[in-house]
Amino acid sequence: MSIRTESQDGRTLLHIEGEMTIYTAADLKAQLMPHLGQDGELEIVLAEVCEIDSAGLQLLILAKREATRNETALRLSRHSRAVLEVFDLCNLAAFFGDPLVIAHSPNG
Amino acid sequence: MSTSLDQALQTYIAEARELLEEMEAALLRLESAPDDAETLGAIFRAAHTIKGSAGLFGLDPIVSFTHIVEDILQRLRDGNLAVTAQLIALLLECGDHMQQLIEVVAVQGGQLDATAHAHECGLRERLYSYQQAVTEEACMPVVHAPEPTIEVCDEQHVSSELWHISLRFGPQVLRNGMDPLSFLRYLNSIGSIQRISTLSDSMPPMDSMDAESCYLGFEIELQSDAERATIAETFDFVRDDCQIHILPPHGKIAEYIEMLQQLPEDFSRLGELLVSSGALTPQELERGLAAQENPSGNQPQQLLGEILLEQRVVQPAVVQAALDKQSQLQEQRSREQRYVRVQADKLDELINLVGELVIAGAGASLLAQNCQDEALQEATSVVSGLVEEIRDGALRLRMVPIGDTFNRFQRVVRDVSQELGKDIELHISGAETELDKSVVEKIGDPLMHLLRNAMDHGIELPEVRQAAGKPSKGNLHLNAYHDSGSIVIEISDDGRGLDRQRILQKARERDLISSTATPTDAELYNLIFEAGFSTASAITSLSGRGVGMDVVKRNITALRGSVELDSQPGLGTRVRIRLPLTLAIIDGFLVGISQASYVVPLNMVQECVELSADDRRATRERGYLNLRGEVLPLIFLREHFNIDGSPGRRENVVVVRCAEHKAGLVVDELLGEFQTVIKPLGKLFSTLRGISGSTILGNGAVALILDVPALVLQITRQASHAAQQPAALSICAR
Repeated sequence: MSIRTESQDGRTLLHIEGEMTIYTAADLKAQLMPHLGQDGELEIVLAEVCEIDSAGLQLLILAKREATRNETALRLSRHSRAVLEVFDLCNLAAFFGDPLVIAHSPNG
Repeated sequence: MSTSLDQALQTYIAEARELLEEMEAALLRLESAPDDAETLGAIFRAAHTIKGSAGLFGLDPIVSFTHIVEDILQRLRDGNLAVTAQLIALLLECGDHMQQLIEVVAVQGGQLDATAHAHECGLRERLYSYQQAVTEEACMPVVHAPEPTIEVCDEQHVSSELWHISLRFGPQVLRNGMDPLSFLRYLNSIGSIQRISTLSDSMPPMDSMDAESCYLGFEIELQSDAERATIAETFDFVRDDCQIHILPPHGKIAEYIEMLQQLPEDFSRLGELLVSSGALTPQELERGLAAQENPSGNQPQQLLGEILLEQRVVQPAVVQAALDKQSQLQEQRSREQRYVRVQADKLDELINLVGELVIAGAGASLLAQNCQDEALQEATSVVSGLVEEIRDGALRLRMVPIGDTFNRFQRVVRDVSQELGKDIELHISGAETELDKSVVEKIGDPLMHLLRNAMDHGIELPEVRQAAGKPSKGNLHLNAYHDSGSIVIEISDDGRGLDRQRILQKARERDLISSTATPTDAELYNLIFEAGFSTASAITSLSGRGVGMDVVKRNITALRGSVELDSQPGLGTRVRIRLPLTLAIIDGFLVGISQASYVVPLNMVQECVELSADDRRATRERGYLNLRGEVLPLIFLREHFNIDGSPGRRENVVVVRCAEHKAGLVVDELLGEFQTVIKPLGKLFSTLRGISGSTILGNGAVALILDVPALVLQITRQASHAAQQPAALSICAR
């Protein structure tokens, strides 16, 4: 798991790569925290998340809540299939409020 | 797969096989008693448990197929579907398919091949047609209406038709290796999550939030036909540190309110959430809240159970589910208390050790006797008494009733009789007779063969039977009982019996007997156990190819048993199999001839007689003894085994009985009882007649175990027709 930071038009892009699970959650939270308090738009790119469990999901919820509290904008983007599956399972798409690309699932 | 999970899977496989057997037996019972609710319940529980546990191991093909079967069973149980012969036949096929699924998916970890898959699709379609039929029926106006119940429910029960499940996971859940999301996925496998709200209210501010603790909660509307027990079982692993509320469809408003109060989140927020998710209507919430503020009774702290009792209008399904779960738990617990699962090889190891202990104990008593120390002798005799008890106890551990094996044949008889267009009923008696597990395992195939033979050749077609003045329904009897240290299994039918002429003709054709010989009935009938001997005029898929009966005999002989056949033309045939109870240790009677020792199985010994000098001379010539007016053929073991040396001063006769025959074994010395651990003889000695094994004596010497049945048969045959030509003798069954 690693986070790659990138700046683009005043936005901060955080690319999370690898798994967002109980094994990486503590590490991930430590890396994520500094970005959450900052002003300016934050975008978390989830394209490279290969696996996500409850611990990973909690961190995304935490991030969203902090952002709402600080009245900063947080966007989650390019959700990987693993992330979409979990959002769908927990019915959290509305909570995050990001546009989702409905992946073509093999079962139709 | 980790070892513990692998072990659990093995347990599952063993249990599933047992359950399938129970299910099959119950289905067959259901055929004769279609209204027996208990039998239906047993079938349902078997399917239900197989499905539930398969879910835990992620064996999806099993879950998905069993689910449909379970659904049909549920409808049967609810009385929405009637028990018919076709349905039972279908369910039996489903049972077979589940068996196959377990073998392929659980045991081999593979996938069904194309044919099996096509078969499953066929089954699914047929099951589906039953599901359809019910739905259509339910749509018709004449329904035993659940409508009024719902109306009553309206007062205190919510209108939602979905299960409501409220989950608050404890903080330790993630650290314990559990992922709440996997529970949601499992719920989706036993039903379908219609709506779900994810709650994270208990999550503290960012700084104090621990990424490895769980703060999640869910409010779920689940559509499922599963019982409460099944849903509750999902959470077995996390029950201790989680708050779990499961409310059934049309649950009581009071229960919802109570749940809302117990949950950590804000009462009204949750209430709104439930309303928005459709679990409660606004009216229901209001009414519940009003009742809450203004309780009808004066006791504010009423126990939940009392409330439930007071409000008599409870949904039958809920009560049923609760009762089922309770009885199931009790059943399971009592079964768990009564049985311990032990691996068979551990038992074998134990029995081996006991065998060694018996030999070592014999050695110790021998030494004690030589020491002539009374106290020591006393002590060793106590020890050997105990060793004997341990031996018996250890052997009993391996004893299983033969009934399970017998019951399997109900199905076979049913299927085969349908295939042959015959009406045959199987009667079982003596199912509780016990014998060694290893014997039970090996006797199944020979029995199956004999049964098929009896059904195919023995029992006639209904028309033929009626023409012969017999009832059109044929009867097969399976019986087992203990008889002088062996178990006897009888298979008898009331069919046409054996055709003496045809067997004689065939035997002469095949040069098994000379054309002039006139063998006795018994000898002739036993010829059908010879290799390649078949008199069937038509070869059917079941039997008549001339293989089989010889294999049956070989299998039984390998178990140190014997088989004999008895037939009455027009009345039926009876096959009698005689097997030793155990293959490991027996009580023996030790006899001596010169320096050599021999063991006679004690349970065959009837009495011992001294052979006086006068008798000795007379019997040597005649070959038999006058035992209280009875002719007792004698076997002079010294001559029989060609032992050197002259007979001792006195000789003794050990009278042995085997089946219906008696004989006397002439020996020098009687050495008394001896616990005999049977050591099989090597391959080299496999053709040796009259010896069935060897054992080790206390002093380390080897004693041979006499094969009494072989000896007795040999001598009675010699005595009864000494003039017969040897060709007939050598082929006769032992």
